[in-house]
Amino acid sequence: MQARRFSRLSDTDPALSIRDAAFSWAGGFGIEIANFDLKPRERVLLLGPSGGGKSTFLNLVAGITTPSRGRIDVLGTDITGLRGSRIDRFRVDSFGIVFQMFNLLPWLSAIDNVLVPLRFSRLRRKRAGDARGEAARLLGALGIDTTLFDQRASTLSVGQQQRVAAARALIGGPGIILADEPTSALDRTNARAFLDLLTAELEKADSALLMVSHDETLADRFDRTVRLDDIARVTGKVAA
Amino acid sequence: MSLLRLALLSLWNRRLTAILTILGIALSVTLFLSVEKLRTGARESFANTISGTDLIVGARAGDVQLLLYSVFRIGDATNNVTWDSYQDIAGRKEVDWIVPISLGDSHRGYRVVGTTTGFFDHYRYRRDTGLRFAAGQPFDDLFDTVVGADVAAALGYKVDDRIIVSHGTGRGSGAEHDDKPFRVAGILAKTGTPVDRAVYVGLEAIEAIHVDWQGGGRVEGLRIPAERVRNIDLTPKTVTAALVGLKSRITTFRFQRYVNEYEAEPLTAILPGVALSNLWSLVGVAERALSAVSLMVIVTALLGLVTTLLASLQERRREMAILRANGASPRTVSALLTAESGLITLAGAALGLGLLYLLLFTLQPVLDARFGIYLKIDAPSLRDCAILGIVIAAGIAAGLIPAWRAYRRSLADGMSIRS
Ligand SMILES: Nc1ncnc2c1ncn2[C@@H]1O[C@H](COP(=O)(O)OP(=O)(O)OP(=O)(O)O)[C@@H](O)[C@H]1O
Ligand SMILES: [Mg+2]
Repeated sequence: MQARRFSRLSDTDPALSIRDAAFSWAGGFGIEIANFDLKPRERVLLLGPSGGGKSTFLNLVAGITTPSRGRIDVLGTDITGLRGSRIDRFRVDSFGIVFQMFNLLPWLSAIDNVLVPLRFSRLRRKRAGDARGEAARLLGALGIDTTLFDQRASTLSVGQQQRVAAARALIGGPGIILADEPTSALDRTNARAFLDLLTAELEKADSALLMVSHDETLADRFDRTVRLDDIARVTGKVAA
Repeated sequence: MSLLRLALLSLWNRRLTAILTILGIALSVTLFLSVEKLRTGARESFANTISGTDLIVGARAGDVQLLLYSVFRIGDATNNVTWDSYQDIAGRKEVDWIVPISLGDSHRGYRVVGTTTGFFDHYRYRRDTGLRFAAGQPFDDLFDTVVGADVAAALGYKVDDRIIVSHGTGRGSGAEHDDKPFRVAGILAKTGTPVDRAVYVGLEAIEAIHVDWQGGGRVEGLRIPAERVRNIDLTPKTVTAALVGLKSRITTFRFQRYVNEYEAEPLTAILPGVALSNLWSLVGVAERALSAVSLMVIVTALLGLVTTLLASLQERRREMAILRANGASPRTVSALLTAESGLITLAGAALGLGLLYLLLFTLQPVLDARFGIYLKIDAPSLRDCAILGIVIAAGIAAGLIPAWRAYRRSLADGMSIRS
């Protein structure tokens, strides 16, 4: 188990598998997920209405919140069994995360923001090799001009910030990239261009992608499209 | 990238509030330390009002009372020491030197002290500082006088000015020794002790101005002019007190006992140091109140720190969620906040200490000259260090409150940050 946690995946094991998991917020909103799988290197688009529980779902997957029941296996490890700092370590080892907005630490430079996960993950630090070189390469590959590398993140445009966040998610090749509406600030053309760049890097890093969006037209860039309604049942308060 | 660097960069991002908080802490630390410094300085200067004198001898009295009238010239002696006893004590083999003090007259609110020139040689203050003359010299003639620095400054006296001594110690008691004016022969340099606030004349001069007096007034019909007085025997009949220096300090207690058990008349000998600290302990309450107030200032500053940290928490929610999503444990997030409050208080304490020394260097001469409080500029005392340590520890502890809140929130917020 310990050994498998950090090993690369075989093609047969799912990168992520959820079985009969349930979670509810203190406010009452809850979701139940009977069954969900993500294969290694698979790119899945998760669609759902606003307030439908997509972010709640990603929180569960990333082990930021703990389900009240059920089982969530990530890269062969049941994360519901991880406690304390081990889940935090496991999260940064296994996931690269892109938020909908406010991705970066505004007081760090673009390149330092990319390096943040390496501060917490020895595994990804090792895989990244020359950390700064790799960060620069990823930024370049995602279309960030070298002159911006050392600029404070707060001076970047929202689109640039999202690309820096994507580079941060990709660095050190985590098994799964979770992206919560990462293209929300981009027009459709730019969103597609961004996805193409992201896809190329995902393939290099051998990472799977679970991306949340409202925009169904992006579906052709993914292996599979899933609607939250199809995999999860909302309990308690009904979404607006 | 170390956690410390993250904390520093994050702090730098909010430098304005951080600097204000640091300043707040620094100022209260400075206030506290300078109050402490003043307190110990005042106590030390007070304890060093008189030094080098082994015993003060007077008529039977409490030691604080004897100290008050002989050194501070506050209050009056109930009894005097006869000249015979004085002579007897002066002649003892243990005695190295003896200086008489004769009180009873005043000059425009300042006490007149009848003494000998030995006073200017033997009086010591602040460990081993002797009296110096700012102008002129010790009295030489019968009607010469030496005035203290405050008297000279307040009344604008120069050498060779003429002054008149009043009978009694009450202000404006009316009866003036105006037939026998004195010449200012010397002006003493400032000492910051009661020495500054007195007028000194020879012991014989006290006799001289009283030859035609009895009790509270002139003897009717008897007028002895200043010139004729010089031919009269001016040996005093009593003195008020005497400062005694012994040849060997080892004999101090034995000699003190000898004086206290003096047979011819009831006398008291006190050790000035002991009496001074007894007197100081009387004002100890005020001293502690001062400490308490400055301690409260520090507590207020620390509360300010907690408030600032809690307020910045809202603004830093995003930061926390980003760090959490990238592998920082809630504990790391809390540690960041605690490191921040630790850094702020550390900077505040250091700045406060720096400010203290800046203040000390600039104010030391002024305090010395104006108030006679001599502040030694030395390394922070153990007590100061303990206080600084407590402040820093309290600052770190203050960071624990917001850290705990951040810990809870970073768990409850998840990775969705909407503001
Ligand atoms: N930190 C939280 N504490 C309590 N309740 C929450 C929290 N985050 C979300 N919720 C609740 O969960 C529900 C689903 O929110 P969630 O953020 O998962 O929706 P979403 O699908 O991501 O919406 P959007 O597309 O607008 O981002 C909401 O009704 C909200 O009230
Ligand atoms: Mg959401």
